[in-house]
Amino acid sequence: MKTRGMNAMLRIINLHAAAAGRNILRGIDLSIDAGAVHAIMGPNGSGKSTLAHVLAGHPEYQVTAGEVLYDGADLLAMAPESRARAGVFMAFQYPVEIPGVSNAYFLKAAVNAVRASKGQEELDAIEFMTLARERMTQLGVDEALLNRPVNEGFSGGEKKRNEIFQMAVLEPRLAILDETDSGLDIDALKIVANGVNAMRRADRAFLLVTHYQRLLNYVVPDMVHVLADGRIVRSGGKELALELEARGYGWLEAPAVAETSTGG
Amino acid sequence: MAHGLDSYAAERERTARFLHTADGFARLRDEAWRQFVSMGFPTTQQEEWRFTSVASIADGGFMLAEPPESPALSIDIDPFRMTDVAAELVFVEGHYAASLSRSTVLPRDAHVDSLASALAANRERLRLHLAHADSFEGRPFVALNTAFLDDGAWIDLPAGSVLEQPLHLLFVASGGAGGRPFMTHPRVVVILGENSQASIVETFVGCDGARYFTNVVTEIVVGENAGLEHYKLQYEGNEGHHVGAIQVRAGRHARYASHSISLGGALVRNDLVAVLDGEGVECTLNGLYAADAERLVDNHTTIDHVRPHCGSREMYRGILADRARGVFNGKIIVRPDAQKTDAKQTNRALLLSEDARINTKPQLEIFANDVKCTHGAAVGQLDDEALFYLRSRGLGERTARRLLTHAFAADVLNRMPLESVRAKVDGRLQRQLARVLPDAA
Repeated sequence: MKTRGMNAMLRIINLHAAAAGRNILRGIDLSIDAGAVHAIMGPNGSGKSTLAHVLAGHPEYQVTAGEVLYDGADLLAMAPESRARAGVFMAFQYPVEIPGVSNAYFLKAAVNAVRASKGQEELDAIEFMTLARERMTQLGVDEALLNRPVNEGFSGGEKKRNEIFQMAVLEPRLAILDETDSGLDIDALKIVANGVNAMRRADRAFLLVTHYQRLLNYVVPDMVHVLADGRIVRSGGKELALELEARGYGWLEAPAVAETSTGG
Repeated sequence: MAHGLDSYAAERERTARFLHTADGFARLRDEAWRQFVSMGFPTTQQEEWRFTSVASIADGGFMLAEPPESPALSIDIDPFRMTDVAAELVFVEGHYAASLSRSTVLPRDAHVDSLASALAANRERLRLHLAHADSFEGRPFVALNTAFLDDGAWIDLPAGSVLEQPLHLLFVASGGAGGRPFMTHPRVVVILGENSQASIVETFVGCDGARYFTNVVTEIVVGENAGLEHYKLQYEGNEGHHVGAIQVRAGRHARYASHSISLGGALVRNDLVAVLDGEGVECTLNGLYAADAERLVDNHTTIDHVRPHCGSREMYRGILADRARGVFNGKIIVRPDAQKTDAKQTNRALLLSEDARINTKPQLEIFANDVKCTHGAAVGQLDDEALFYLRSRGLGERTARRLLTHAFAADVLNRMPLESVRAKVDGRLQRQLARVLPDAA
């Protein structure tokens, strides 16, 4: 794979991970360059969400072997907040409701935690609101969302939009979207896709974890990987997603050797 | 004499000379003392005191604080004062301090005064109400308070009077008695006439490092169709003992709301009894307590539904860190006549450490058949998923814990209508949380 170069933003090497004593990831190898959009597809239970959670540092997943380098640094040794401050962002499949904490308060604290870690001055309330409003307008997200408690009482679509809004405000370098497209109607899906497309940049990478090919009609990936039983069984260009849509996952059950496939 | 009573008996002898004993209430004090002696201090053998030992109160050797010549304060009380009040009465070591108090023009025939002067004037309405709403039978600390009856506050609002601004009673334990352990037994009597309306804030502050014992009794009568928002803000010093009884009797269509905040003290026991003695009473009890180190906070509440069509809403929340202990006992009684009662109680406790403990017990005694009563209790830690969510956005672990803990408490604070009180309580709570959950260095 050409993204095997030492200059990859993210290098995942032989990653094994378990949750609740069950092995889920069984040797993932994947490199993502700055500026690239990679999609990970696969049937339910293949380990897609586990991969996203391991990269974000969820404490319930144990890495049993392998390593992950982010800008050459050992990502797995970093606390979740350190990863976030270094520019890693995961949009949750099921964003958590946090009663009693307003979205604006939470996001301002997050923005300032990231800024403080870079030695930048913290945003005051007015500066933050200006930034937040700008992003909301760009994304077509309702401003009322800001004053509501984080995700509390949000519809499924509102929660996903809120994730994309957070991503737009935090401006990560590596954005991991964990099935952000699941359960969305076409309008909400477009908001998510437009959010991603608007943020595509030469120094930013995306990892889209998705169950459905539909998202990839709106966000065109550079690479598509198919995950089955904790391994990448096929990698290819955007055509691979269409093939999956047409043929399902069944034909991939017998693991191919991912290392030999090229593309991107 | 029973264990622990000797020093209290000696204090009664010693202080007879400066208590206002010539006021016609001597017989009440004596009767209360006799009752107290026959009951003695409660022990953990008694159901109501199972989790709370008062040995440190019984054996504390507390001296009754004498009225200071001129109140010299060892703590700055300005941060505890309220602005925009109808009246602010300040008490130092249990004694009314006129020079620190102030009052605006009150409605005609309304009385907001020190209890000492009301006792001295031997007011008829005081005779009628004092120690009536709150009998001391079976309640040793109420009896003890009555035995030392001397000062406190007397609030008497005639029918139809509406106070636009709150009344503030500020009790300061300044460290008096020449550095020796001291005690105060303030008594507050509140009578709201029919159709009257008021907000009353009781604040208890104390000097850290001083060993003392506050034993307060607040008796409240809320008349027909009257409304009272009642705040109790307990910020005693870190070695202060606080035992407080609030006894409320609410009449037909009255509204009573209690906001009980306990953030201080080494040993704290709050007893709140609300008797809904008329049709259509609305009773709200909100409570928040937070304790760290080795401190103990015990809240006992009773809502007694006596008449039909009354509603009660109770929500208590507690935050316990380090080796702190909490007790919550919420009793709801529905008498045979109290049909169509609608009672709802929830209490939740958040344990921030493995050594923190809570004993919690809802207690429903229902003797009517057409009623709606629900209760829920939950004890837990912070939600791991919520913690991870916040951390995944860059918030440090302790900042995230503090944010979630504060949100848990904010649910109670947000129910307090007085914005100025809410903001101050919130400020103190935030400082307390910052101490328990500091940012990583």
